[in-house]
Amino acid sequence: MGQTPLLTFTDRGIHCPAGDFYIDPWRPVARAVITHAHSDHARPGHGAYLATPGTATVMRHRLGPIRVDCAGYGEAVTINGVTVSFHPAGHVPGSAQVRVEHGGEVWVVSGDYKTAPDGLSEPFEPIRCHAFISECTFGLPVFRWEPNTLVMARINRWWAENAAAGRVSVIGAYALGKAQRVLAGLDPSIGPIVAHGAVEAVNVALRGVGYALPPTARLADTTGADLRRALVLAPPGAVGSTWARRLGEMAEASASGWMAIRGIRRRRGLGTGFVISDHADFVGLTDAIRATGADRVFVTHGYTGPFRRWLEDQGYQAGVVETEFAGEEADVGADQGPDQAGDHALPTEPDAEGGAIRE
Amino acid sequence: MKRLAALFAVLDGTTKTSAKLSALTAHFRAAPEADILWTVALLSGRRPRRAVTTTELRTWAAEAAGLPDWLFEESYAVVGDLAETIALVLPPPSATAASAGLAETMASLSDLAHQPPEARKAAILAAWATMPADERFLFNKLITGGFRMGVAQGLMTRALAEATGQDAAAVAHRLMGDWTPVAITLADLLAPTAGGGSRPYPFALASGLEAAPDSLGDPADWRAEWKWDGIRGQIVARPGAFAVWSRGEELITDRFPEFAPLARALPPGTVLDGEILAWGEGAAPLPFAALQRRIGRKSVPRKVLAEAPARFLAYDLMEADGRDIRAVPFAERRDRLEALVAGLPPGVPIAVSPLVALTGWETLARTREAARDRGAEGLMLKRAASPYFTGRRRGDWWKWKLDPYTVDAVMIYAQAGHGRRAALYTDFTFAIRAGNDLLPFAKAYSGLTDAEFAEVTRWVKAHTLERFGPVRRVVPELVFELAFEGIQESPRHKSGIALRFPRILRWRRDKTVAEIDTLDSLRALLPPRAER
Ligand SMILES: [Zn+2]
Ligand SMILES: [Zn+2]
Repeated sequence: MGQTPLLTFTDRGIHCPAGDFYIDPWRPVARAVITHAHSDHARPGHGAYLATPGTATVMRHRLGPIRVDCAGYGEAVTINGVTVSFHPAGHVPGSAQVRVEHGGEVWVVSGDYKTAPDGLSEPFEPIRCHAFISECTFGLPVFRWEPNTLVMARINRWWAENAAAGRVSVIGAYALGKAQRVLAGLDPSIGPIVAHGAVEAVNVALRGVGYALPPTARLADTTGADLRRALVLAPPGAVGSTWARRLGEMAEASASGWMAIRGIRRRRGLGTGFVISDHADFVGLTDAIRATGADRVFVTHGYTGPFRRWLEDQGYQAGVVETEFAGEEADVGADQGPDQAGDHALPTEPDAEGGAIRE
Repeated sequence: MKRLAALFAVLDGTTKTSAKLSALTAHFRAAPEADILWTVALLSGRRPRRAVTTTELRTWAAEAAGLPDWLFEESYAVVGDLAETIALVLPPPSATAASAGLAETMASLSDLAHQPPEARKAAILAAWATMPADERFLFNKLITGGFRMGVAQGLMTRALAEATGQDAAAVAHRLMGDWTPVAITLADLLAPTAGGGSRPYPFALASGLEAAPDSLGDPADWRAEWKWDGIRGQIVARPGAFAVWSRGEELITDRFPEFAPLARALPPGTVLDGEILAWGEGAAPLPFAALQRRIGRKSVPRKVLAEAPARFLAYDLMEADGRDIRAVPFAERRDRLEALVAGLPPGVPIAVSPLVALTGWETLARTREAARDRGAEGLMLKRAASPYFTGRRRGDWWKWKLDPYTVDAVMIYAQAGHGRRAALYTDFTFAIRAGNDLLPFAKAYSGLTDAEFAEVTRWVKAHTLERFGPVRRVVPELVFELAFEGIQESPRHKSGIALRFPRILRWRRDKTVAEIDTLDSLRALLPPRAER
């Protein structure tokens, strides 16, 4: 192990001095390795991007013409003598952990991840390493997710009840990831599935690289009795907006890990909350970290203070990576906090993506 | 518990009154009688004796969840509700047992109160281990008490009236007073009692007047009274029954032995609404603090009785000669009240709250300015033709309070809110200047918009000097204007003063910490010595 650590934390993001590249940097850099296409990880303005094909396709759609090199899962890429590879993070389709190896030392940057399968994203794979940089958005023991199939069964039951009563069902879910995993678990025999423009744009990009998603309709093409039985997937910001008002009588729901907490659920003011997250819960985080075999762990995004202390209690050498967001966002999560989901100005259809795709 | 959990899920998941009403009505039609009685009791704020302390609950929950205490406390700070935190951190149920009914659960909890700690712990852990999270949450709420399920009492009363086919006002009256779900049947609870016993009437409540008073129309249609700052209460004197009730439906007869002679002095079948005040020899009542010293005590020592003698200032007469006269117009009830009090023997500690001359809105506004000198908070405006209505109904009775006092102060500590605002710093401690020091003197946690709280939250995180658990000490820089209703000397506070109802009026972005108020300027607002 040399004097300089393999990865360092700078005001531009996580930096690898030996390979001279950044991972998910938030200021423009020459070479960026991107874990996934959410807007807090994939920023515009970098000279060159490295990403998985799934991430690259959504990034191109979001950021326009950029220089992207692709690497599949497990495929080793050498950057200035440093070996870099992507490994499934289970967060959203195409999302990856980044493994960095140099001189026999291995570091892994988790990006956002979850350990339980969601029926669509490539399932999380633990990677052995010496040091692990882990997100901890839901790093408190009050967060404990039920299996995906159980929550999806509940969503389908809710939808069927609404359809029987002639009410449109509207679910607020992030345009990238959450919307598609919900979509993948829906029972199309209940009624038509309508996707908001921002959701459908991601659907098209993902179908284009081979993800199998059930067919979706456009709102404009769904009318009368069909609409009354329909389930509409829209970014959280669009639910309750003028866009949603043309749907007539409806039942609204949010799909988010934050829905586990009653106070947050009530604050959002939406009737039904489905607890469904693309981040690992407390047990998931603890298990994933143990599986890496790392003795050094750095935590970022979320309840970093208590989670770091918890890791130290468990015998790890643990530190906190301050992110650009840590100083300015709600404690309940620099990432996908409830404020981004519902309390900001409600975007209208054409530009709904800006805040909504962020997670 | 399963049925209760289902009811709660509906109540909690909607803001629509109609949906809550129909869920409650359906519950009152279908649930077993004993469970209905308990539901009514809980939703009308009757809390059973606590069988387990909250300290025991958190310790046992942390242990059952395999968590260190500090992590449990961090979690609690984020969730903001102990019952919910426990429900969330416990592992999923290991086995399922048949769900016990509400009454059965309440009975076993009440039995626990007499058991040794190990037995109580074993029983609670066993219950947690077999309940799904939603039932666990309700179970914990039943233990910690104060559980209203987001339902106003009026709504519960309407649902019960609808389910039992009775008049809602009659049901509201019958649910008043002292009863316990274990010692009564639903039929007895809802039956009209002969003579009424000591049961009070639901209080008629006034709304705050926001518009200009001339919007109320012709002054001749209105009556004005002082708005006193005491304890709103009812005196019930019926054959064989005498009771003093607080607005919170608490029986406070024993706290005010001065009123005992009224049991014989008042004509049988009399119910009065009024204000209990501490009132010595002076022309104005003593500050609320004098009365407050009497509330917390079971029995009142002679010294306190002498220092803060209680007097009842009657506002209204709801029952006369055993007849419910709430439908009679206010002006007429008031005439009868005056006649009744005038006929009482001398020396009884009761008077009619005087009417304030009301010839025009402008002159009345000037009169209102003098309220503080009279020891009042402002004026009450009542429509002469109004009935004594149930609960809060806008239109007939208005409180027209004085503008509050204000002070500019600097924020020195911030704490995250609870529940709905768990993500924001909403609870602040403020300081004023005392010489060269900043002296903490008030806490306030309301008055900003959500957007302002979000902005302050960002500021707090960037300007934290120290953290103590959920509390952050911040750079003394943000100035706020606080409003408060009253100020008293308080040896218990470091500042030597205590404010009544402090809240944030506005964020003074235009002011710096150099411009905040001083302890001296605040002390100048204290009531003059002679009155205390
Ligand atoms: Zn993220
Ligand atoms: Zn993400």
